[in-house]
Amino acid sequence: MTDTDTTTPTTPVTRSGVRQMMPSMSGKLLAGLILIGAIVLFAIVGPWVTQDPRSSDNDALLPPQPGHWLGTTSLGYDVLAQLAEGARGSLIVGVSAGVVAILLALLFGVVAGYLRGWTDEFLSLVTGIMLVIPGLPLMIVVASYLQVRSLWVVALILGVTAFAGPAVVLRSQARSLRVRDYVSAARVAGEKTPRIIGVEVLPNLLPLLASQFLFAIVLAILGEAGLSYLGLGPNGSITWGTMLNEAQGGGALTRGAWWWFVPPGLMIALFGTGLSLVNFAIDEIVNPKLRLAPAAAKSVREARKAGKDKLGRRATPTATADPSAPAGRPESDGAAPDQKERVDV
Amino acid sequence: MTATTTTGPLSSPTHAAHVAHLEPVLTARHVSIEYEVDPPVRAVDDVSLTLHRGEILGLAGESGCGKTTLAYGLNRLLKPPAILRSGEVTFHDANGPDIDVVSLTGDALRAFRWDKVSMVFQGAMNSLNPVISVRKQLGDVLTTHRPQMGRKERDARSAELLELVGVDPGRLDSFAHELSGGMRQRVMIAMAMALNPQVMIMDEPTTALDVVVQRGILREIMRLRERFNFAVVFITHDLPLLLEISDRIAVMRAGRIVELDTSESVYARAQHPYTRQLLNSFPSLTGDRGSFVRTGVSQDAPEQEAS
Amino acid sequence: MTGGPPGPPVTRTTSTTTPRRHDEEEPHARDTEGRPETMKFYARRIAFYAVTLWAAISLNFFIPRLLPGDPFSILMAKLQRAGGIPAGTENSIRLLLGAAEDQTLWEQYLTYWKNVLTGNLGVSVTNFPTPVTELIGDALPWTLGLVGTATIISFVLGIGLGALAGWKRGTWVDSLVPSTTMLQSLPYFWVALVLIFVFAVSLQWFPIIGAYDVFHFNGPEWSWAFVGSVLYHAFLPAVTIVISSVGGWLLGMRNMMVSTLSEDYVTTAEAKGLRPRRVFTTYAMRNAALPSLAGFGVSLGFVVAGSLVMEQVFTYPGVGKLMITAVRNNDYALMQGVFLVITLAVLAALFLMDLIYGFLDPRTRHHD
Repeated sequence: MTDTDTTTPTTPVTRSGVRQMMPSMSGKLLAGLILIGAIVLFAIVGPWVTQDPRSSDNDALLPPQPGHWLGTTSLGYDVLAQLAEGARGSLIVGVSAGVVAILLALLFGVVAGYLRGWTDEFLSLVTGIMLVIPGLPLMIVVASYLQVRSLWVVALILGVTAFAGPAVVLRSQARSLRVRDYVSAARVAGEKTPRIIGVEVLPNLLPLLASQFLFAIVLAILGEAGLSYLGLGPNGSITWGTMLNEAQGGGALTRGAWWWFVPPGLMIALFGTGLSLVNFAIDEIVNPKLRLAPAAAKSVREARKAGKDKLGRRATPTATADPSAPAGRPESDGAAPDQKERVDV
Repeated sequence: MTATTTTGPLSSPTHAAHVAHLEPVLTARHVSIEYEVDPPVRAVDDVSLTLHRGEILGLAGESGCGKTTLAYGLNRLLKPPAILRSGEVTFHDANGPDIDVVSLTGDALRAFRWDKVSMVFQGAMNSLNPVISVRKQLGDVLTTHRPQMGRKERDARSAELLELVGVDPGRLDSFAHELSGGMRQRVMIAMAMALNPQVMIMDEPTTALDVVVQRGILREIMRLRERFNFAVVFITHDLPLLLEISDRIAVMRAGRIVELDTSESVYARAQHPYTRQLLNSFPSLTGDRGSFVRTGVSQDAPEQEAS
Repeated sequence: MTGGPPGPPVTRTTSTTTPRRHDEEEPHARDTEGRPETMKFYARRIAFYAVTLWAAISLNFFIPRLLPGDPFSILMAKLQRAGGIPAGTENSIRLLLGAAEDQTLWEQYLTYWKNVLTGNLGVSVTNFPTPVTELIGDALPWTLGLVGTATIISFVLGIGLGALAGWKRGTWVDSLVPSTTMLQSLPYFWVALVLIFVFAVSLQWFPIIGAYDVFHFNGPEWSWAFVGSVLYHAFLPAVTIVISSVGGWLLGMRNMMVSTLSEDYVTTAEAKGLRPRRVFTTYAMRNAALPSLAGFGVSLGFVVAGSLVMEQVFTYPGVGKLMITAVRNNDYALMQGVFLVITLAVLAALFLMDLIYGFLDPRTRHHD
């Protein structure tokens, strides 16, 4: 028996390059990135090219027209200008709050999950409490005592009330990673804990972290919108939420000024959708079954159409016997349609 | 009748003589199964096989050789992206006419399943529904296939089945997570026997268990088979194990059957180099000698088929 | 065989259990007497909720004291403008907001606790001198009725549709998914605004505000007409809640369904020749729904947040609107009272969920 190059069985490559973890381009991912990119661009460039959002020199409640592409508010502010300025405000708050939430989630989630013991018990208790206490009422209580609220303060409040969800998810992942072979090996080899967490555990959590981060941003923007709508948002700044607050206060609904209150909400929704679509793509990395199952079902369908599947081909003789099967379609072999995508029928 | 393929697995006259007296129960002819991935992978390549009534046919091979795929194909359990490219599977019912398994659909297929051919899956860790009791899982087979049975009859039958496999009938109301690995596997076997099938396909039924438990379960299977005379397709990579328990052995490699012979012949006069390699891999499944079985990488034995 | 088709491995390890190499024939956790284990599980949960409640009450106590600003002076100034303040009220306000000069922090804390435990949440300054508890008591049924019912409808709908979407993987039902994503990103209250604009202002099919026709009825009464009016007014708010939250349930359930359908026990069920309906319900859905149920608690926070704002939009006389009115008027006692009640309601709902989940998943009762 010839001796081929005997290599030890390879352990799964853990610190694979970033490239291997990147999502594969797909329609959803592309759409999401375009949405996000466009809105971010709007936030950065918009305020430079639009009018002064705080200038009330214009006529009030003008419908969309050249010169005021989204009309004006009841006090004469240009809506498009406000929308651009609001984009900046909302995005700053959203991203900052996301960062705060993720940093806290790393502490309460990954560190707790890895260290276990009393540290874990204590941190988990705090996480649990913050998870269960309703977020918005708590934010309202805090915000109402503060007379002066800057963008950063609001971001901080949003981040602190939002870290618990990601923390729980990260913690369970960290716990399971802890017992993997390569982490145990690092421990036995005497690596210091911070280094193990930073070098062995974190990189493998990257897709999950990214997904939670994007999720946190969506929630933060929605949360800020809610707070601002209630009048508890950042003072003096313009965000999409403050626009909605002023819109309702200024009677936009009753006066039919749809151009005032529809765009801000739409922007929030579009940005949120973009982030969610990117999250989908990341989801498919974290849980490959989500991608593989429909791809598998699809390829089988195509094979059947091409007549490659023995089971599909025999449909022709039975098609006439089964009145419910449309003639000529190899897929409808008279079976219960809900069985198609799993075990063959 | 003996089965031969055009490319022909290596066999022997002893084998021909052996099967001449036997009655077939399941015949597979020119079965090919492909995975529709990019590029498509042919998992089972033109396999023909005959299973005879009451016999134990061992299906051996390394990881990834296609034996499980073949078993799923015989039983109409292929999941996307696997499709059946070609082939016929015929079940010779002892109580009725021959059944063309490939053309079954809908209710006929559901009636066929488990009643004529049942299966014990690999690794019973996860084969039992975690949220319903054992009683319900044994029971729903009976409810579906024997609707005329009343509740008491079903419970009696379920208890009987558990006793058959050596499990305390008091465990009927347990849940899957309350049972040890060995017990779960026994419950799976009990479930597979519920309708007195004529064929049982067992896919690595003891691989995930330790040796002592393994012995117990194998003894159980042999006992049951002697009593109820069902045929068994026993799939495993453990060729030495098959030598002990099976009547005939089919060795699979890369989707094809390379050797098909009686156990004695395989043991004494294995013809294919791959078969010999498999034989030489015992007793140690750790270390270099057996490593290729686990990882499924066999780079040595060249193809040697009559073509 | 190059490339290896995705076939089942020789030894299978699941994420929850690794096959034990030296398996005994005896079971691990023999639990024919399951009671002590179950009790322990629920006792732990109750203890957790008690600690959370303590935390919420303490937060209420400490937040005004820790944040910059002087809420006491603000409130007092407001009250002065509205008219005089009786001495007793001033003291309780001092206690509430941390301006009590004659007591130490610890004494204040104890007094605060005493008040809360005896049901004394203070007196509202907006509806002076109505006690806070009374105001909350009037508003709570409206919120529970509307939000509770709408949430249940949304949950059931989302789980059901999500299960179907997961079952029929790879068909047109999948294209629903991106649209529900979009729905999920819409702010609750914006949806409410749009719905009001379209259906109430423009088309005038539904009323704009209120829980019932205030011009017609003097107050709640037991009559079919009243019930009809309530339902009529509750329609748009309920639709808002359902639209905004159904997406989340749907997506979660669909993903879980896809995962579950590839599990071994589903394959076994199909191999057993069981009818598709049974495989769908008893084997797939019952397992796939568990994480959604478990996650219900987390989503409850969002439900509360959304409905709070939505009540503001619809001027619906629930606790949400009460809280916001309190904030606008610096009525801190009322605000804190509502916060506590909302927290309590959430905890109660979570405990109920724990009971249901424990009933549906036998594993929770035996592990910790």
